[in-house]
This record gives sequence, C-alpha cells and structure tokens, in this order.
Amino acid sequence: MNRDEAEGRVNGSFGSGGRGSSRGLVPLVLSPFAWMARFFQHQGLMRSLMMLVLVAVVICAVFAELIAPFSPTEIGYDILRSPNRKYLLGTDQLGRDVMSRVIFGARPALLTAGASVLAGVLLGVTVGLVAGYGGRWVGAVVMRAVDVMLALPGLVMAMVVVVILGNGALSIVLAIALAQVPVFARMVYGETLSVKRRAFIDAARVVGCSNPRIIGVHILPNIASQAAVLATAALGWSILVAATLNFLGFGFSPPDASWGVDLQFGRQWIYQAWWLSVMPGVAIALTIMASNLLGDLVADYAGGGYRSDGRRLRVDGVI
Amino acid sequence: MSLLVFFILHLIPGDPAQAILFQVGATAEDVASMRERLGLGDPLWEQYFRYLGGLFQGDLGTSFLYKQPVSEKVIGLLPHTLLLGGGALGLALLIGIPAGITAALFRDRFLDKLVTGIAVTGVAFPAFWLGLLLTKYFALELGWFPSLGTGSLKALVLPIVSLGWPLSAILTRLLRESLTEVRRSPYLISARSRGYSGIRILFRHSLRSAIGPVVSMIGLQFGGVIAGAVAIEVIFGRPGVGSYLVESMTAKDIPAVQGIILTIGVVYLVTNLLVDLGRAGLEPRVRDEWSSR
Repeated sequence: MNRDEAEGRVNGSFGSGGRGSSRGLVPLVLSPFAWMARFFQHQGLMRSLMMLVLVAVVICAVFAELIAPFSPTEIGYDILRSPNRKYLLGTDQLGRDVMSRVIFGARPALLTAGASVLAGVLLGVTVGLVAGYGGRWVGAVVMRAVDVMLALPGLVMAMVVVVILGNGALSIVLAIALAQVPVFARMVYGETLSVKRRAFIDAARVVGCSNPRIIGVHILPNIASQAAVLATAALGWSILVAATLNFLGFGFSPPDASWGVDLQFGRQWIYQAWWLSVMPGVAIALTIMASNLLGDLVADYAGGGYRSDGRRLRVDGVI
Repeated sequence: MSLLVFFILHLIPGDPAQAILFQVGATAEDVASMRERLGLGDPLWEQYFRYLGGLFQGDLGTSFLYKQPVSEKVIGLLPHTLLLGGGALGLALLIGIPAGITAALFRDRFLDKLVTGIAVTGVAFPAFWLGLLLTKYFALELGWFPSLGTGSLKALVLPIVSLGWPLSAILTRLLRESLTEVRRSPYLISARSRGYSGIRILFRHSLRSAIGPVVSMIGLQFGGVIAGAVAIEVIFGRPGVGSYLVESMTAKDIPAVQGIILTIGVVYLVTNLLVDLGRAGLEPRVRDEWSSR
C-alpha cells in the first residue's frame, strides 16, 4: 500500500470524510455501535473480526473468573474427555477443563506481552535517545553494542536471559523486553539523529533549553508515533516468543494456565487427545493475528508507519 | 575488494564482545558450583582471555555435560540445522515468490485476497504449533511421514514445511508490496507502452528490482529461521544446534551455551554478508552505494 492509499484510508475512517450518515448526529464516543459499523465499513470484514477477537481476548483476560465455566486448576475424574456439551473444549490429562484453561491463559499471555513491550520500549527508547543525542562516539559505542545484540535471534537471546535469571513470570517479561531493546534502540537512534538536525532543535538550544528539556519536549514527541507503531507491531511477536519459551520449558510455573505450557503437555497426548494441543494453539494464533492487525491499524492511523525517509516501517518476523 | 574487507571488519567486532557478555552472565550465575566442579578460581578476565585465545584456535571449550570439546559437537550438529534451515528457506522461496507475484498481479482482486489471507495466518501460526498439527495429521493419522528422527529424507519434510511456511508468508507479503510499488513506477509504464509482453516486463523489468527487499529480508529472517529451528528440532526430536542449545541450557552447560550462541551469531553474520553480496550482484544501485563509501 502506498502512502496516499494509507492516508486516504485514515482520513476515510477517522477523519472528516463524512461518508457515514451518523456523523454529526451522535458523537462517536457515545455510540459504540455506530462506531463499530463505521469501522466495519471502512476496514473490512477481516480487520473487524480480528478486532472482535482482540476485544474477546482482553475480556477473557480481565474477567476470566466470571467467564470460565470451571476452575482452570481443579483436577477432576473426567480425564481426556473429547469436547462435549459439558466440557466444550474437552478435558486434559488431569481432568481439568481445557476451555477454562484457555480462557485463563489469556491473562498471562496479554500481561507478559504488554509488560515486556512496555519495558522494551522504555529501555529501547532511552538507549536510542542517549545514543542519538549524545556525542558521536557515545552513539558509535552504544550502537555497536546494539548491533551485537541484533546478531542474535531474539528468541535465542530471550532464552539466554531466562536461563540467567531463572524461571518465573518476571524473568520472561525481562527476557522478551531485552530481546526487543535493540530493535527499538535502532529505530529511535535513527529518528533522533534526523530530528536533531532540524532547525527547531537549534532554535530551542539558542533560547537556552536544557538538554533534558530538548529531549523531553522537542525530540520525544517527534518520535513517539513511530515508537507506538513499532510497539503495537511488537505485541504479536512478544506473545509468540512467550509461548515458544513456555513451550520449550523455559520460565513456566505450572499448574497455572499458560498456552505455551499447555501446548507442551498437550504434545505428549497428541495421539489420544488432539484438543489438548489444538485449542491453546488456536488461541495463540488468533491472538497474534489480532495484535498484528492492531499493529497495522495503528500504523495506518499514526501516519502510515513511515520512517522519516519515506520508507515503510515494518516489523515482520518469525520469532 | 577493499569493500569486502571493510564489511567483514565492520561486522566481526561483535563476537568477542558477545563472548564477554555471556562469560559475565554465566559466571555470575553459578560461580560457586562451577568453581567446585572445574576449579575455575582464576579472575574473570584471565578466564576470558584464555577463552578468547582458544577461540582463535577454533577451541570453544569443553562441554560440562558431555566432557567433549564443544566445537566438535557443534560442528557435528551444524549440518543438520543448516540443512533444515536451508530447506525451509528454499521452500519459503518456492512458495513465497510465486504467491507474492500472484498477489501483486491480481492486487485487490479475489486471488490477492486469498493469498494475503493465507499469508496472514502464516505469520501468526507459531512454527512449533504448525509442526504439532502436521505431525498429528500427516505422521500419526495418515502415516505419510515419520514424526520423529532423522532416518530418511522423508523425515525432513514435516520439519521443513513447518519452519518454511511462516517465512514464505512473510516473503509473500513483502514481494507483494515491493512489486506493486515497482509496477507503478514510470519506467514500467514506458516499458509497457513500448509494447513488451507482460511476461517480459514481469521478469526482466519489474521482478529484478522488486526482489531486492526480499533478498535482504532473507538475511534478516535467517536468524529467525535458526531460532525457529530450536523449537522445531525439539518437536521432531532431531539432532541439531537448536536442540543441543535447549539441552545445554536446561543443564546449565555454560561452555556449550557460549559456543552455540557464538556459532549462531557467526552463521547469522556470514549469511548476511552473503545476502549483501547477492544484493550487490542483483542491483547496480547497491553496488554504487558501496563504492561511494
């Protein structure tokens, strides 16, 4: 998609296009249904469905206790039942309800992804800003370190961090965050360099702004939308990496529900009970798809996700 | 020639630093048990320099777990992983390039929507989950392929498919974007107005310049492929660098982890160097950019 198309789409869906008849009559904020209809009209079936999925996953994560029909950790006598009317998605090898586990699994998945992206953004933006705003050799040293980090696949780096820090939710979050730092740092570094050269930065310095003020008030807002685009795009990746780490046996803490861990156990029963490994996988795949589309949406909305040099910013990635 | 040397020098400083990183991380981790087991009482930097010295001689240290040189083990396992990764890459190109061309030629029509729809799922499926599903249906139920092991070429099919599929989805999306962009450019309109056939335009004019981003993406994604191979090797019970990494991480076999990570880093750098050279061969623009440095 080229820039014009992207901008056209943004204007059409959120701006003053004026195609929808409800505009002007009811404020959009007060009529979620009108908003949904507009969204559907402009973004199409696929994106609308994915947004519904995302909303559903978030609701599952927040209200898991209310939605789940059974306790996710309660062991029962009905083991390895195939999906039926009582257990909609079947039960696992310990008689736990798979559906409840999938619903409860949304919580750690979203929390881990959200927290790690947040931490990764904070760290990465700081590193990038320091490298970009600091002197030439500061930038060179920091970016060389970033290059070294980039030479390792993110998943492998996350694995190393988890091994060093030990198992646990926190170390997974930190691991994924650290694996993202170089990507963010690189982006912010480039952006900072290009913003720094512009005239208003010189102007700010002339009127006597301190360095922290220049960074916080003049540079940061200019790179914020790019960072937001990259961050939403990184959400799906984080979910994937967290699931993979759990699946490989890094950083998990049974008996709590977790999609990756459930997949790992389901794998051992794949011949007898396919639903054990299929259901958590469906949940992972749907959530990743939804968050990727959210990333696309944010990119469209925040000015197309273009870098300042006009190239499209993209974060695709198999782990 | 001078360019090549520059490039290598530019990339290599990463490795010693990487070694420092993991040396520090590792020793801080279980310094006591390591000392007891191996008598590593020397100062850290001394160990590091010894390690570095060994590194230049191709010595990666001795595995705690197997009591055998890490380099031997890694070199023995590397072909398995490279075969898997290379196969996955080949499959990704085999699927991704025709699919990307189709999507771009039929942009916004049914075929494009079909292809990109499938590609969206491809990006979202975790490779290991795909592997599990493939095992379930093609190995356990249909019995077409073995689910575990390395015995035959047949055993490679499922791992390669599950690793290559997500990559092909990425390449499809990328090629679609870049080919569409190229097809809108003035020189293509001029080629069309001169009356060249569609096929000639596609292969001689548009594909050549559209393939550039795809080639660089291959370099970037190769690290991802190696990482994906970790999970795939575990699932399919294949020997390889990835499953060795998981094994030695679980066992806290520090020298092995170090060696494997260094190897992965080196493989990644070498791939990217090759990819850059390949791009320069494909595109005169890149060559010019280089020589002007």
